[in-house]
Amino acid sequence: MITADLISQHQLTPAEYGKIVGILGREPSYTELGIFSVMWSEHCSYKSSRLHLKKLPTRGKLVVQGPGENAGIIDIGGGYVIAFKIESHNHPSFIEPFQGAATGVGGILRDIFTMGARPIAVLDSLRFGRPDDPNTGARNRRVLAGVVSGIAHYGNCFGVPTVGGECLFEPCYDGNPLVNVFALGICRKEDVFYAKAAGVGNPVIYVGARTGRDGIHGASMASAEFTEESKQKRPNVQVGDPFMEKLLLEACLEAMQTGAIVGIQDMGAAGLTCSTCEMGSRGEVGIEIELDRVPQRATGMTPYEIMLSESQERMLLVADKGREEEVFSVFRKWGLEAVEIGVVTPDGKLRVKHHGEVVAEIPNRELADEAPLYDRPHNAAPAAIRPTPDLPKPDVQNALLTLLAAPDICSKRWIWQQYDYQVRTNTVAGPGAEAAIIRIKETGTSVAMSLDGNGRYSYLSPREGAMLAVAEACRNLATVGARPVAATNCLNFGNPERPEIMAQLVEAIEGMADACRFFDTPITGGNVSLYNETLGEGIYPTPVLGIVGLLRTAPPVTIPFKNAGRAVMLLGGIGACDDVRLGGTQYAKEIVKQLWGLPPLLDLEYEQRVQYAIRRILAEGLAESAHDLSDGGLAVALAESSFGPAEIGAQIELDSNLRPEVLAFHEAPSRILISTANAKRVSAIADKYEVEAPVLGVTIEKGIEIRQRTITLGSWEIAALKSAYDGALESYVR
Amino acid sequence: MKFGVIVFPGSNCDHDAFYAVSANLGQQAEFIWHDSRSLGDVDAVILPGGFAYGDYLRCGAIAKFSPVMQAVREFSADGGLVLGVCNGFQILVEAGLLPGALIRNRSLKFVCRDVHLRTETANSAFTSAAFRGEILRMPIAHGEGCYFADERTLDELQAEDRIAFRYLDNPNGSLRDIAGILSRERNVMGMMPHPERATEPLMGSTDGLIVFESMLRVVQASRPAFAPAGRR
Repeated sequence: MITADLISQHQLTPAEYGKIVGILGREPSYTELGIFSVMWSEHCSYKSSRLHLKKLPTRGKLVVQGPGENAGIIDIGGGYVIAFKIESHNHPSFIEPFQGAATGVGGILRDIFTMGARPIAVLDSLRFGRPDDPNTGARNRRVLAGVVSGIAHYGNCFGVPTVGGECLFEPCYDGNPLVNVFALGICRKEDVFYAKAAGVGNPVIYVGARTGRDGIHGASMASAEFTEESKQKRPNVQVGDPFMEKLLLEACLEAMQTGAIVGIQDMGAAGLTCSTCEMGSRGEVGIEIELDRVPQRATGMTPYEIMLSESQERMLLVADKGREEEVFSVFRKWGLEAVEIGVVTPDGKLRVKHHGEVVAEIPNRELADEAPLYDRPHNAAPAAIRPTPDLPKPDVQNALLTLLAAPDICSKRWIWQQYDYQVRTNTVAGPGAEAAIIRIKETGTSVAMSLDGNGRYSYLSPREGAMLAVAEACRNLATVGARPVAATNCLNFGNPERPEIMAQLVEAIEGMADACRFFDTPITGGNVSLYNETLGEGIYPTPVLGIVGLLRTAPPVTIPFKNAGRAVMLLGGIGACDDVRLGGTQYAKEIVKQLWGLPPLLDLEYEQRVQYAIRRILAEGLAESAHDLSDGGLAVALAESSFGPAEIGAQIELDSNLRPEVLAFHEAPSRILISTANAKRVSAIADKYEVEAPVLGVTIEKGIEIRQRTITLGSWEIAALKSAYDGALESYVR
Repeated sequence: MKFGVIVFPGSNCDHDAFYAVSANLGQQAEFIWHDSRSLGDVDAVILPGGFAYGDYLRCGAIAKFSPVMQAVREFSADGGLVLGVCNGFQILVEAGLLPGALIRNRSLKFVCRDVHLRTETANSAFTSAAFRGEILRMPIAHGEGCYFADERTLDELQAEDRIAFRYLDNPNGSLRDIAGILSRERNVMGMMPHPERATEPLMGSTDGLIVFESMLRVVQASRPAFAPAGRR
């Protein structure tokens, strides 16, 4: 008997329930109610965001597969394609950091190899509460340590290098950490597989780990705010087994080679339910399964539990009838269970049997693709721009030391040293680099990847924040010589039922759409994570972009200065910034300890010209080092460029009317710091693209000195700066 | 020369080892599946890094019972060259082909980074292309790489010149800074650092080639070039 209480426990509204009754022409059974509740959860159905996601550009010359599959696919030439996507695992990672993050990695890896691609790189974008907060610091450090070791545990054992990412800290993530994992895989163009069932009478085969009671309603959990009771949801978090996943990878890729597989999909969120109805819906066929045949690790599981379990490391595939044995023998070789649990039918329905009795019968298309669609109110008036506070007396000398030790800026070595970033021996540029670069042995070319997002900027202006994230990711790629070609996004926001949050989401999507269209980086897939709120406290709107670029394989130009006596040039120029645009910077955060105003001002046209220019400069081999300016602005970029083995710093003289602290630390985009032995040629290229490229000074040994005309703003020994930068994170987590 | 690369289901540096000796050393290589009872006609065997059978128990504790390890035992007993890298080292130790044990890093954390190694002996089939005292740079990537043995074993390794490599900056707490050791017959070597990850300039170092070049020399010379210590 379906009661109003039961409906609301399943996070379905009365109207949604009415729609279910309409589709079925009767009351649903308890199992059917569960199935609808997960498929129509925010996490699986994108019911609040779908309407706006349509605004994103998704097509391009190189796009082989856009949104709607398990991952996007881009043609990289030479007969090969790459599959990539970013996914969030925010909610589980707060409840159980280690397993939450580990299974986040597992889920995105399966999304990649279910397309027939072998995963070759992982990056992650992480947000935590501040590790140095006197009240919440201890818990934040515990979540950080758990998440990092969870990612390491899964990725290292599976054998995929974790080659980059970002990690930032804000109080708004205290009760709501963000764990966004990006994965990329490679595949021959003709070997791509799709998650589509076809061929009436073909067997439906279950492979991998057994089904247990773990993770039931994980997708629904990810679609609700956290409350005091959320800790009781720990059993909703799944447990990962990376060894099993590695077996599954090898077995699936080998089985695909037999030619006997028609379609394949992993069981991620909403498990068996999602994989069956989505494969059926895409292929416009029905699927009938018998739950008695599903391998189970617990006894007495109900149909409801089996259908909703999110046990990890499972796949569902449809094989050619009569060729099952070819598939089974591959899985046997890898010691995995593969069981025929059902059959493709002509009637377009998901029919679930238990002990021979039908326990659920739902049309696939209505279940998978016709979830409610909401145009949620987003007409909230934009928040008033917070006024600029009184600014402290500038002290560039000490501020640089403070900023280098700030959690957002300091070295993240403590994190990435726990990741195997080299396995597969393709890592041309790994963690700590401007962008990660993985060479493709098969094609002789390389792929560059960058994840970017800035919650502070997006909070001040969701539209500009999203555009800045796209611009920065593209700039990172350009700074290693790559041409950006495609993107994936992870949209982390609060409760969309609140108009002011919904407004943030809409603004961010529109900004992202404009910028991606401008840079010709179509979005081929991604993920939306809403309800990132704990006890009514929302996170900053945090859109994260993962952008992929292509380049030829060559030794990379890296961040550090290499030789003394070289010209230090700032491609893009010193830039402009007023007090309003200073409000989102790291200087504002760490020195003024406030957030106000607007994010730095972006000029897309200028940004693109800077990117063209840097690629030209790199292609001509003119830059000995290259580093884009971001958090902490010019002074921090200078310091980071001095942290190479050669300990080469710089003597800088700035001709500018900006206030000293603004000059040193503002974060205007479209700027790249380079050192060169041929300033003349660099200037000529900059002129050609109509971008500024002032010579700021010269590289020197052991120190950094910054003067504004005749006044010395600061002078530092590299060793002192480096020890602040290197030691900070370790000192927090210890 | 033909290298055999053993593949356990959870090996994940198998392709890297294969690539290093084929593409970068220019020799033949073939994969050998973990349930094979024979190694075929290979001249040397590499046990690559990874997580052989998941390693949820002690690293290598299950791998030592695999069919292929019986073949590796016989191969080494006949004087065949066996190189174990990372998980391969852990397996060799578990299988009793090398003494001691590899336990959790002192930091209790997985660590991936470049280390500097001092070549402690050039008198082996794995280090003859280096000179004694030569400093090599190559990466480590492990959670359980702290070499541990009793004092007597450590003294014996030292006395018999069986310590192949030592860390200059010990990353994991290994006793006496040990990074790699040799069997008594000097035809089996285990090391935690990854020489296969340092075999071309794009990887950041080519120092790892020394290990494979040494093996190549011995096989090409086709004679037992190195007498066990004490019997010379």
